[in-house]
Amino acid sequence: MASAEGTRFNDPRLRALLYQAVLVVVVCGLIGGGAYNAYANMRARGIPLGFGFWNEVAGFDINFHLIEYSPLSTYGRAFWVGLLNTLLIAAICIPLATLLGFAIGVARLAPNWLLSRSALVYTNVIRNTPLLLQLLFWYNAVLKSLPGPRQSISLANAIYLNNRGLFLPSATPRAAAAWFFAAVALSVTAAAMFRGWAAWRQNRTGAQAPVALITAALILGGPAIAVLGAGAPFTFTVAKLSGFNLKGGIQVVPEMAALVFGLITFTAAFVAEIVRAGVQAVPHGQSEAAFALGLHRGLMMKLVVIPQAMRLVVPPLTSQYLNVVKNSSLAVFVGYPDLVQIFAGTVLNQTQAAVQVMSITMAVYLSISLAVAAALNAFNASYSWREH
Amino acid sequence: MAGTLSVAQALAYVRKASEPEEPPPMLLSGPLVWVRDNLFSSIVSGLTTLAFIALALWLAPPAIEWATTLAVWSAPDGSLCRQHQDGACWAFIAAKLDYLRFGSYPVSERWRVEVVEALGAGLTLWLLWPKAPRRGWAAVMFFAVYPVLTFVLLRGSETLGLPTVDTLLWGGMLVSLLTAVVGIVFSLPLGITLALGRRSQMPVVRLASVMFIEFVRGVPFITILFMANTMLPLFVPEAWTPDRLLRPLIGIALFSAAYMAEEVRGGLQSLGRGQYEGALALGLNYPRMMALVILPQALVMVIPGIVNNFIGLFMDTTLISVVGATDFLEAMNNAFKDPAWSGPTIVASGYAFAGMFYFVFCYGMARYSAFMERVLAKGHRK
Repeated sequence: MASAEGTRFNDPRLRALLYQAVLVVVVCGLIGGGAYNAYANMRARGIPLGFGFWNEVAGFDINFHLIEYSPLSTYGRAFWVGLLNTLLIAAICIPLATLLGFAIGVARLAPNWLLSRSALVYTNVIRNTPLLLQLLFWYNAVLKSLPGPRQSISLANAIYLNNRGLFLPSATPRAAAAWFFAAVALSVTAAAMFRGWAAWRQNRTGAQAPVALITAALILGGPAIAVLGAGAPFTFTVAKLSGFNLKGGIQVVPEMAALVFGLITFTAAFVAEIVRAGVQAVPHGQSEAAFALGLHRGLMMKLVVIPQAMRLVVPPLTSQYLNVVKNSSLAVFVGYPDLVQIFAGTVLNQTQAAVQVMSITMAVYLSISLAVAAALNAFNASYSWREH
Repeated sequence: MAGTLSVAQALAYVRKASEPEEPPPMLLSGPLVWVRDNLFSSIVSGLTTLAFIALALWLAPPAIEWATTLAVWSAPDGSLCRQHQDGACWAFIAAKLDYLRFGSYPVSERWRVEVVEALGAGLTLWLLWPKAPRRGWAAVMFFAVYPVLTFVLLRGSETLGLPTVDTLLWGGMLVSLLTAVVGIVFSLPLGITLALGRRSQMPVVRLASVMFIEFVRGVPFITILFMANTMLPLFVPEAWTPDRLLRPLIGIALFSAAYMAEEVRGGLQSLGRGQYEGALALGLNYPRMMALVILPQALVMVIPGIVNNFIGLFMDTTLISVVGATDFLEAMNNAFKDPAWSGPTIVASGYAFAGMFYFVFCYGMARYSAFMERVLAKGHRK
């Protein structure tokens, strides 16, 4: 026999309220106590309490910046330099890692045993060694042991690789560049319109057009005519040896080269696994049915298997892209000035404003993650299977 | 019968004798067929095979010679390695192995580390062997007794007559393995709690769990380490300032708990409603339902995912050097700085050895995870 008291305590709703109240009190207590301690500790150690440091002169130099920056710039400016450098790494690595990863993933599924085994060995070795070790290996063991500028490894006398980094030719637009870009825009539009028309006609009549051939002809032909008619659109400047170093062109510093190369090869292994898993998850009956309909292997992949595999590939692929952004923070180990190295490293050490600096840094990564997650949810909602 | 005949009459030609027999196919099975099907199934495939063989003949012999016959296996210092630049310098590893294993842990006390390592290895085997007896006890030992024992042995205790060893001296594989074990021991219970919180009916509990999980998963591990290193000492009273090695350990436990929570949540979601309803119908309350019915099934189902998480966790331990801890990789980097052992081949040899170290652990765990996946799939088919 439960007493009235006992019944009330056994009421699940009341108990839930009680538990939640306890949780709120504990969390608030922790936050409040922490804030109180932080305030006292920061006061005692003379650490700034506000965000006033944002507009103070930074006083340190950054060896790689996309926007104007000097030691006289503010901490706020240094933040933007770091953020842009982080985003630059992501913008370079994501497309290249996707390409390499898809290639390796396809190789993994190839009928040739040697090819698929090599792809398997690659993914296993890369995925089972730490990224940091790989970055340090590329940076300390490979890039630093390259020959000096005078003995650079050169590719077609245009790209040079030595222990000062990678030297690519730079392109300066000339007067003809306007014609060139106009031709590119025009041919891309024309190709898109042609493809739309071909799809429309095929839907109506079943007649097929050589879409790939005509698209390629349009996209290559238009700009080629512009180049022939108006002259070369760019002046390419190739790096030249002058004194002890190469001058001119674009210099990719070894820190960035190691980071980009390491991140691409690392991420590609994960992308390859995602692609393999996605393709293999499509039931065998699907490809058999496609063969039975008379589709050859290429069309079977394009029309039947890949559209179904994409549904499974996109969500983990997105999280790999987020991992690229997050992993680019390992820049701090090779000395590439990314957001963490500049802001959570140098700025934090100089200002001692740990709470503010770490909050800003984490807020940046968190907003990128949440924005991508929101985009992914929208994609899933529109692309997912509707099973009823 | 008549119909058949009439068809035969209507046709101009009907074969009377059968065609000569085709010769039997030369091979249906055996190594040559395997080679034809897997290496030379088409022209493209054949060319790929030839290209790969050429590449292997070009690259493999020098690589193997570099690592074996041309390598320097023992030397008192780096001068011999500087003379033989076409081979690896394994003598460097041999000379630095003690430092790579223990860091600056006092030589006379290193047996304590070895005891901890042996105990850990034994317990891990017991825990991971699917047919081992009393695995429940192994779990209790690993998650409750072993951490305490490790702490007492490594740190030292005056009452037991073990001199205290400052954590600043700890380093090398000791710190890497310790970080991994701490991450595993603390992240699993914490992760389970968070996963249950995320699936809870109570909105406040759910909100708190979701916020923690998504926050931690949304930021890089390095920022968590920086936070543990710089913010944690600010948030506690000055007398409680955590030890320099403890800070990254707290960071890694919190970090991997969030990832663990998502794995466990997957297991919880894959259980049918019937399991919950059945447990409730039996009159079990929430803790008993979870402990006796739900978690035993859900956790076993996500063992592969949990092991994969551990692999990531183990590789992430390399990052703790950013806040001043000397893990194995950092010990290797420190060893490179020895002027007696400086040379162009030494860095490559050191990283090759480090790569093998991590690969052996991680690949082993990956194989185990795949093995468990097969075992579990078999269980489901029954």
